[in-house]
Amino acid sequence: MAKVICGITTSHIPAVGNAMYDKLENDPYWKRFFDGYAPVIEWLEKEKPDVVINVYNDHGLNFFLDTVPTFAIGCADSYQNDDEGWGIPTSASFEGDAALSWHLAESLINQGFDMTMCQEMKVDHGCVVPMNLMFRHLPKWPCKLIPLAVNTVQHPLPNAKRCYDLGKALRVAIESYPEDTKIAIFGTGGLSHQLQGERAGIIDVEFDLQCIDYIINDPDKMCAFSNTEIMEKAGTEGIEVIMWMVMRGALAPNVNLLHKHYHAPISNTGAGVLLMTDGTD
Amino acid sequence: MVWQKHDYDDIPGTYVFDGKRSNSAYNLNKMAFSFNSEVNRKEFAADMDAYCRKFKLTDEQRTAVLEGDFLKLLHLGGNIYYLAKIAVFHGLGVQDAGAAFHKITTDEFRQMLLNNSEGFQQELQKRGGYWNG
Repeated sequence: MAKVICGITTSHIPAVGNAMYDKLENDPYWKRFFDGYAPVIEWLEKEKPDVVINVYNDHGLNFFLDTVPTFAIGCADSYQNDDEGWGIPTSASFEGDAALSWHLAESLINQGFDMTMCQEMKVDHGCVVPMNLMFRHLPKWPCKLIPLAVNTVQHPLPNAKRCYDLGKALRVAIESYPEDTKIAIFGTGGLSHQLQGERAGIIDVEFDLQCIDYIINDPDKMCAFSNTEIMEKAGTEGIEVIMWMVMRGALAPNVNLLHKHYHAPISNTGAGVLLMTDGTD
Repeated sequence: MVWQKHDYDDIPGTYVFDGKRSNSAYNLNKMAFSFNSEVNRKEFAADMDAYCRKFKLTDEQRTAVLEGDFLKLLHLGGNIYYLAKIAVFHGLGVQDAGAAFHKITTDEFRQMLLNNSEGFQQELQKRGGYWNG
């Protein structure tokens, strides 16, 4: 049987991608941020997931505004990173798991989540930066990738509760896959940041830490936030935290917290790293 | 035709990218999307005005693109991720754009981010359980 072995949260900002490319990990500005990933990297090395389901949003690489799926899942044998137009270096392509993807899509749809299925899907920095954060020290990607894109770009967006419920359905889907497969779920993006308008540059440490606490201990409280409430506090791009809720929904109601890290600012954002496994009820 | 009001319209200094904005600036954002291709970037760089006309930008949008007026482009419906693909032609990144939105320098904007995060490590210690390097 396939099994969710962990949930991980991470920022996915392009500046982090550039910093890794330029090997700035020990630069004073970046050191504390990157050091916060070491325990997660070590854990992944030990537990060796077979597949990462990476929950991210596309920022205008694969999806243009002509067609914006609310929830899209990669159903391909492989995924390519590509030119995003403004100079972030591209990464090596990823191996997919089409049979598992199609199973997940079918199960999710049967559970009422009408996924868009993508047989060609370019993955942008939202997906690739987290993969590099966890695995760049290895000669090649150590596991397969299934990208799961959530629309956080063009409103109306799904809300935190809908994302949490998608995560719960994802767990049911995973656990009904017969082949023994260890799956890590990444919830990416966030935390507070606003890139646009006269309110650009807000970082709300208190709200970020509250979100982290709710996501670990009381996800229903996170579900109670409307998207407008999240944007008021965390900024328009801080809404990405809804993608952490997909990851959280795929874990058990109670979790073991193995690692918790926060740093701010990193580029324009508050950045949170969590590593959680199923707890006992 | 009436565009519905939203509660997020009242958040100050904020332009939530919704159907109304996306509809009004479809061509602008489509042009920005075309910059994912290097061939198109070269064509735009060679004659920005002509490239904007090819994508049927309004005069106001075209002027703002040529002048690199990103607050104006935001007002005109540009999406921030797509505007980032235009900003590079003016040698700008998102932090420069953030500074421009505030009419301050990029260094001042970076300082603002630091100020907004000030004291976070004490806050982590108070709450406990955080990795602290």
